[in-house]
Amino acid sequence: MTTATTTTAPADAKRTPTPGGTAARVRRRLSHPVATAVSILIAVLWTVPTFGLFVSSLRPEDEIKTTGWWTAFTNPQFTLENYQEVLFGRSASSGQLASYFVNSLVITIPSVLFPLAFASLAAYALAWINFRGRDWIYIGIFALQIVPLQMALVPLLSFFSQGVSIGDVTLLPAWNLDDEEKFIQVWFAHTCFALPFAVFLLHNFIAQLPKDLMEAARVDGATHPKIFRSIVLPLIVPALAAFAIFQFLWVWNDLLVALIFAGGGNEVAPLTVRLAELAGTRGSEWQRLTSGAFVSIVIPLIVFLSLQRYFVRGLLAGGVKG
Amino acid sequence: MDFADEAPKLLMLLYGLIAFVVVVGGLLLLLDVVPTWFARRREAALLAASTAAAGPATTAATVRARRRRSVVNRREGGFGFFFLLPALLLLAVGLVVPAIRTVVLSFKDGNSENWVGLRNYTWMFAQDEIFRVLINTLTWVIVVPLAATAIGLVYAVLVDRSRFEAVAKALIFMPMAISFVGASIIWRFVYAYRSAEYDQIGLLNHIWVLLGGEPQQWLQNPPLNTFLLIVIMVWIQAGFATVVLSAAIKAIPADVVEAARLDGVNSWQMFWRITLPSIRPAMVVVIVAISIATLKVFDIVRTTTNGNYDTGVIANEMYNQAFRFGQTGQGSALAVFLFVLVIPLVIYQIRNLRKQREV
Amino acid sequence: MAVPSRRSRQALAVAGVLALALGATACSGESKSGLDPDSPECAPYSDYQGHDGESVSIYASIRDKEADLLQEAWSRFEDCTGIEIDYNGSGEFEAQLQVQVDGGNPPDIALIPQPGLLERFARAGKLKPMPADLKAIADANYPADWLKYATVDGQAYGTPLGANVKSFVWYSPKAFAEKGYQIPTTWAELIALSDKIADSGQKPWCVGLESGDATGWPATDWIEDLVLRTQSPEFYDQWTTHGVPFNDPRVVEAVDQVGSILKNPRYVNGGYGDVKSLTTTAFQEGGLPILQGQCWMHRQANFYANYLPDGTKVGPDGDAYAFYLPPVDPSKGKPLLGGGEFTVAFTDNPAVQAVRRYLASADYANARAKLGNWISPNKHLDINNVAEEVDKLSMQVLLDDAAIFRFDGSDLMPAAVGTGTFWKGMIDWVNGKDTKSTLDFIEGSWPK
Repeated sequence: MTTATTTTAPADAKRTPTPGGTAARVRRRLSHPVATAVSILIAVLWTVPTFGLFVSSLRPEDEIKTTGWWTAFTNPQFTLENYQEVLFGRSASSGQLASYFVNSLVITIPSVLFPLAFASLAAYALAWINFRGRDWIYIGIFALQIVPLQMALVPLLSFFSQGVSIGDVTLLPAWNLDDEEKFIQVWFAHTCFALPFAVFLLHNFIAQLPKDLMEAARVDGATHPKIFRSIVLPLIVPALAAFAIFQFLWVWNDLLVALIFAGGGNEVAPLTVRLAELAGTRGSEWQRLTSGAFVSIVIPLIVFLSLQRYFVRGLLAGGVKG
Repeated sequence: MDFADEAPKLLMLLYGLIAFVVVVGGLLLLLDVVPTWFARRREAALLAASTAAAGPATTAATVRARRRRSVVNRREGGFGFFFLLPALLLLAVGLVVPAIRTVVLSFKDGNSENWVGLRNYTWMFAQDEIFRVLINTLTWVIVVPLAATAIGLVYAVLVDRSRFEAVAKALIFMPMAISFVGASIIWRFVYAYRSAEYDQIGLLNHIWVLLGGEPQQWLQNPPLNTFLLIVIMVWIQAGFATVVLSAAIKAIPADVVEAARLDGVNSWQMFWRITLPSIRPAMVVVIVAISIATLKVFDIVRTTTNGNYDTGVIANEMYNQAFRFGQTGQGSALAVFLFVLVIPLVIYQIRNLRKQREV
Repeated sequence: MAVPSRRSRQALAVAGVLALALGATACSGESKSGLDPDSPECAPYSDYQGHDGESVSIYASIRDKEADLLQEAWSRFEDCTGIEIDYNGSGEFEAQLQVQVDGGNPPDIALIPQPGLLERFARAGKLKPMPADLKAIADANYPADWLKYATVDGQAYGTPLGANVKSFVWYSPKAFAEKGYQIPTTWAELIALSDKIADSGQKPWCVGLESGDATGWPATDWIEDLVLRTQSPEFYDQWTTHGVPFNDPRVVEAVDQVGSILKNPRYVNGGYGDVKSLTTTAFQEGGLPILQGQCWMHRQANFYANYLPDGTKVGPDGDAYAFYLPPVDPSKGKPLLGGGEFTVAFTDNPAVQAVRRYLASADYANARAKLGNWISPNKHLDINNVAEEVDKLSMQVLLDDAAIFRFDGSDLMPAAVGTGTFWKGMIDWVNGKDTKSTLDFIEGSWPK
C-alpha cells in the first residue's frame, strides 16, 4: 500500500501532456487572492478559540477569571501551574496521570479494532454477497445509529451484571468481572455502539467497488473470504483509516461509556474520567480543565497526523481502476 | 509510574488483541476452509452433470460460462450469515434490545411500573417548553449538516493541493480531536459576559465592544443563542466534512479533470460540473452522518446552557427527564421521537440503495 | 527486503512487551500492607473485625481533594480490619447511580446528598433497611431532625455523614470594621445595612447563580431560607412535600422578599454589574468581590471557604468570615437551612454493615473532622477537632438549642422540580419574569 500511495501523485504529474497541466492549473487557481483569503479566514476562525484556550491554560487562575486571554500579550503573565496540577495532581488518591493514559490506550485500541473488523465483514456481506433481505438488514443497521447511547446503558449493564435469562432459565450467566477485566465490558460496549456508523460508512465505500472486478474474481474461483482479504481490504484502506480515526477520537474522548462500564477507579478508568474529576467536587476548579483539554488532545492529534497520509489516495475507491 | 500496576492492564490489552486475532482470523479461516470443500464437491457434481447432458463436445468455455452465471446469481445466505454474525449479535445485545425496551418504557410511568398509554406523548406536545425543544432540534438538524458540509467543502476545495494542505487540514480537524465537553468549555470562554463597566473576558464581547456595542449575554437571548450553540457543532463537524470531502476530491480521476480543462471550462464551472457530481456519494455520507450526530447532540447544550433560555434539544431533555428527574417514561418518549425524526433519512437511504442496485 | 525485517522487528517488540508484562505480573504479587488487628492502635476497631480481605465499594459525588480526605479518614479502619474500601466519586453521581441501580450493578454503599433521591430508591425497594444495631448507633449519634430525612414510611435507611450550613452571609470583617458596620441580627437590620451601603454609592450584595448544568441553585437556597423565615418550619415541610401548592400565596410573599434583594438594582451585583449579571456569574466567583471591597455581603454556605483564593484569612477578624442569616421574627427561634449526605446501602453483607457502622460512629466523624474542611451533625463530634473557624461557627449554629434545622428543599422535592424546574424557574425569575407566573410554572411541573 505504501509504495502505491507514494507513487500515484508523481505518475499523474508525468502523464500531464503540457507544462501547464492539472496540478499547475489547480495551483494557479488557488493563488487567486479571494480563494486564499477565504481559506485563511476559515483556518483562523477555526483555530482562534482553541488558541485562546491554549493561552488561557498557561495563565494564572485569577488572571483567567478577570481578563481576556488576548491581554496576555500586552501584559505577559504565564505559568505552568495548571499543567503541573493536571499532570501531577493535587489529589493523592486519584493516582497518576500516566496510569490513566495507559487505561485510555488499553480501552481505545481494541475498541477501534473490533468494530473495524466486524463492520467491514458485515459491510462486505451487505454489499456483495447475494442473499435475501440484505437491504433490509442494512437499512435496519443504518437506522440503529439513532438509538441514543444513554438509553442503551441500562440494558447493556444488566446484560453484564445479570446475564440473560428467560423466566428461570439462564441463557447466559452474569459476567462478574473485576478490576482489569472490566476493560472487556468497555470494549464490548464501544464495539456495539460503533457498529451502525461503521457499517454505514464502510458499506458506502465497499459497495462502490467496480462490479467487474468482483465478478471476475468470482469467476476465477475466489471465495468470498478470499475476495474480502485480497481484493476488498487493500482497496478500502483509506476508508478503514478514516473510520479508525473517527472511532479513535470518539473512544478517546468518551466519558459516559467509561463511567458506566469501567467505573471511576484508577485500574480501569480512562483519562477523561480523571480530567472530569479535576473540576473538583463542586465544579469550582474549571480553570484546570483548560490544561486538561490540551493534555488529552495530544494523542488524538498524533494519531490523526500519522494516519493522514492514508487519505492521499482518496476515500472513494472510485479512483481505483480494476 | 509504577510499572507493576500497569502490567495487568497491558496483559489485558494483549489478551484483547489475541482475542481479536483469534475471532477475526478464525472466522475468515472457517469461511475459507469449509465452503471451499463444499464448492469442490458442487463443482465436481456440476462438471459431471454437464458432461452427462451435453456429451463430450462440451468445452471448458461453456463450463466457465455456466459457472459465471451460477456464481454471480447464486444466493449465498450461508456466507452472508457468517459475515454478518458478529455484527448482528453485538447489535442485538447493544442496540436492538435497548431500542425495544425504550419503546416499551415510553408507554409506562416515571418508575416504569404502570402502563400509562399515550400519556407521555401527549405530555410532550402539551408543554410549551418541550415544543420549543422540538423546534430547536429541527433548527439544529437543518442548519448544522448544511453549514458544516458547505464550509468543509469550500475549505477542502480551496486547500486542495496547496502547499500547506496538510497543516491546513490539521487545523480545521483539530476541533474533532477535542471532546464535545472540551469544545463547549472553549466556546463558553468565547461567549463569556461581563457588565459594561468591567473588562470583557469573552472574545466575542470584546470584539463587539471594540466595534462600539453594548456587551451582550450571548447565551441568554433566544433565538440567537441557539444559533451560537449551533456554531459550536459546526465548528466541530466541519473538520469531518473537510477530511472526507477532500479525500473524495482527490479521487476524481485526473483525466476527467484534464478533459474538462481542454474543453475550456473555468474553475467555477469545473466545481459545479465535475467536482460536485463526482463527490456526490461522499457528500451524502457526510450529510447523513452529521445529521445523525446532530440529532443526538447532548453534551454541547448541557455544558453551555443545560437547555435554559430556550436552547433545549431533544437529546438533552431526554437525558434530564430519564436520568436526572426520574421520569423514565417521558425520557423514553422523547427518545422514540428521535427515532421518528430519523425516518426521512432512512427513506432516503432506501431510495439510494434501490438506485444503486439498478445501475 | 525491507518489509520482512520490519515485521520481525515488530514481532520482537511485541515479544518484549509481553515478556516485560509477564515479568512484572510475577513481581506484583506483594502482600497487603495491613496492620496486626490485635495491635494497640487497632483497638478502636475491634467491633468491626472478622471481614479480612473483603472489599466494599462506595460511590459518591465527592471528588478530588475532598475525596482524598474522605479516604484518608478511613484508611486506618481499612488497615486494621482488612476490609478494602473501593471509593469512586463522580460529578455525574445522581444519573450514574440510577443507571447502575437499574442495570443491576449498584455500589455496596452510596453517599446520597438528596433525600428525595434516597426516597425514590427506597420506595423502589432498592435500598437495604438499617439493621437494628446500626439503628441504635444512629439514634445515639444523630438528631432526629436529621434522621427523618433518611426514613421512608417509618423505615430507616441511612445515617448522615457530612453536613453543610447554608444560612450564612459571607462578609469581610476587616472592611466592616473600617466602615463601622455592625453584623445584623434581625432582618430589619440587614435591610437597613443594605440601604446604608447602597446610599454610600456601593452595591451591598453580590450573587453568582451560574453553575453549569445546575445553574440557578444558589437562588433556590435564598427562596428556601426565606420561606423558612417568613413562615413556620411546619409550612416549609408541607411546601417541600407538596402538602401546599408550590405557588401558595405565602410562598409568593417569601419569593418577593428575596426579590427585594436579588432583583434590586441598588443592591446587586457588587463587582459584576447589574441584575442581568447574576445568571452569568459563576457561583464560585460570586463572593470574591468582597475581598476587593466591591461588594459587602454574599449569602452562601459554609463550604464557600473553599473558593476563596489561597492565603485568604478566614476568621472573625480576617479578610472573610460569615454571619448567620438573621431571622425575620426572632421570637420564632433560629431557622437553619443546611444539607449533607446520607450513607445508604444497596447490599447488606456483614462487611458492608461493618463499614456502615464505622461511618456512623463518633470515631469516624472525629477522624474526618481533624483532617479539616468538614463538619457533621454527629452529636459526639468534638468541636475542638473541627479545624476551620467557619466550620466551628457552623457547628455552633447547628448545635444551638434555638436552631430549627431544615434540609435544603430542592433536595427534598422530586428531582423534576428540585433539580429541574425550580432552578430553571429561578433563572427566568431573576431575568425578569414575575413571581406569580414563575411559581405557577414550577407548580405545573410537579410530577403527578
